[in-house]
Amino acid sequence: MSPAATWATALRVFAQLRRDPRTIALLLIVPVALVTLLKYMFIDEVGVFERIGVPLLGLFPFIAMFLVTSITMLRERTTGTLERLMAMPIAKLDLLLGYGIAFAAVAAVQALLVSLVAFGLLDLHTAGPRWLVVVLAVMNAVLGMALGLLLSAFARTEFQAVQFMPAFVFPQILLCGLIVPRDEMGRALELASWFLPLTYAYDALQRVSDDVLDARLALDVAIVSAVTVIALALGAATLRRQTP
Amino acid sequence: MPDQSAVVSEGLRVVRGGRPALDDLSANVKAGRVTGLLGPSGSGKSTLIRSIVGVQVIRSGSLQVLGLKAGSAALRARIGYMTQAPSVYADLTVAENLRYFARLLGVPAERVDELIETVRLDAERDKVVNDLSGGQRARVSLAAALVGSPELLVLDEPTVGLDPLLRRDLWAMFKRLADDGTTLLVSSHVMDEAGNCDELLLLYEGRLLAAGTPDDLLRRTGANDLGDGFLRLVEEAGR
Repeated sequence: MSPAATWATALRVFAQLRRDPRTIALLLIVPVALVTLLKYMFIDEVGVFERIGVPLLGLFPFIAMFLVTSITMLRERTTGTLERLMAMPIAKLDLLLGYGIAFAAVAAVQALLVSLVAFGLLDLHTAGPRWLVVVLAVMNAVLGMALGLLLSAFARTEFQAVQFMPAFVFPQILLCGLIVPRDEMGRALELASWFLPLTYAYDALQRVSDDVLDARLALDVAIVSAVTVIALALGAATLRRQTP
Repeated sequence: MPDQSAVVSEGLRVVRGGRPALDDLSANVKAGRVTGLLGPSGSGKSTLIRSIVGVQVIRSGSLQVLGLKAGSAALRARIGYMTQAPSVYADLTVAENLRYFARLLGVPAERVDELIETVRLDAERDKVVNDLSGGQRARVSLAAALVGSPELLVLDEPTVGLDPLLRRDLWAMFKRLADDGTTLLVSSHVMDEAGNCDELLLLYEGRLLAAGTPDDLLRRTGANDLGDGFLRLVEEAGR
């Protein structure tokens, strides 16, 4: 591994993003627009925006980075650039960390912007510290990136990669507790939710929102981090230097 | 080092998609020469190239590249590889692409300017690859393979689809590189190009049909041109 190769890759991914201002605009504007929409949807229902606003702030970057990463990595596989890189002196982790740095930076900007709008303009309240919401959002973005990277190995076309979103992300959003509290779901579904990483991401955000900064929050953060590391390691394993 | 080999394969066997892509292939690539790897589509050219650059799983046999086992990490900085399709980032400019590969190889940035001149893309330097013609893209991909001034340059069909003028220029460049001591292995399915090579390896259905200089092959087959000579060899093998 070499920091120079990691940094070179991060710079390259930044340069690619810069070439695509529309994607950047979508990444930054869509979450802001959706949070604004949410605010006015529940303008007459007290407490709803507060209850789901903070978790959604922290989950947007997860969804966005999952999609962006799975498509980008798939493109790297299908255009032959990955094969070129695998024949070059670059460690697989350099490549993955390079992507990680670039996308985490984008996620941080995304999370900061949507938080500024939500807390500053839309009167979103949180009992816990706001900065922690931003930190969790970036963490979730890196989780989304790691999972997107891993799943991209199982997609052969961009159509398939896009379909992984409803296949892998939607069930997690449905079961994480955002829509129905998990203890009110059927037993089987509640059990299933224990195995989904987004459950812990949501729980952490919920706790910060309620200012319950306890050991369970620390455990949530640990689990999300562990899943990220495991997904990255598995993702690195799917990047084969030698293919049949 | 007149007859030293840069690549030595012995009994190389590669299976792709359940079928043997290379079958008991024994061949040498001589150092400091331009070796043409010729054969029809599907004859195993790309598989042999991928094996040499270390991205192909090998079933059995041995493959030594620059004195090391193919796929060794130490080889990665010493081999330049140009894939069949231009494998550069379409959303980056020519210079940005080359700068990335230069950074990965720890090569100074001046090398990028030098290469852009070498492949004659000065006017396209700051253009996004997506906006370039097919021939220009191929040259970006070639430049990317040259970034690290590799000892062994492996080019998979570098001249396919290029206009005759550009093809002539590229072959002249390959010659110059070989004169400076680089070993080149260049694949092509166009027999016309065989005459540009110092040495030839003819592949057919995953097997080595013949090896030698273009003159050797003409003499051995009694054919007038290399295309005809190749056909005679295929017919002979079939009998």
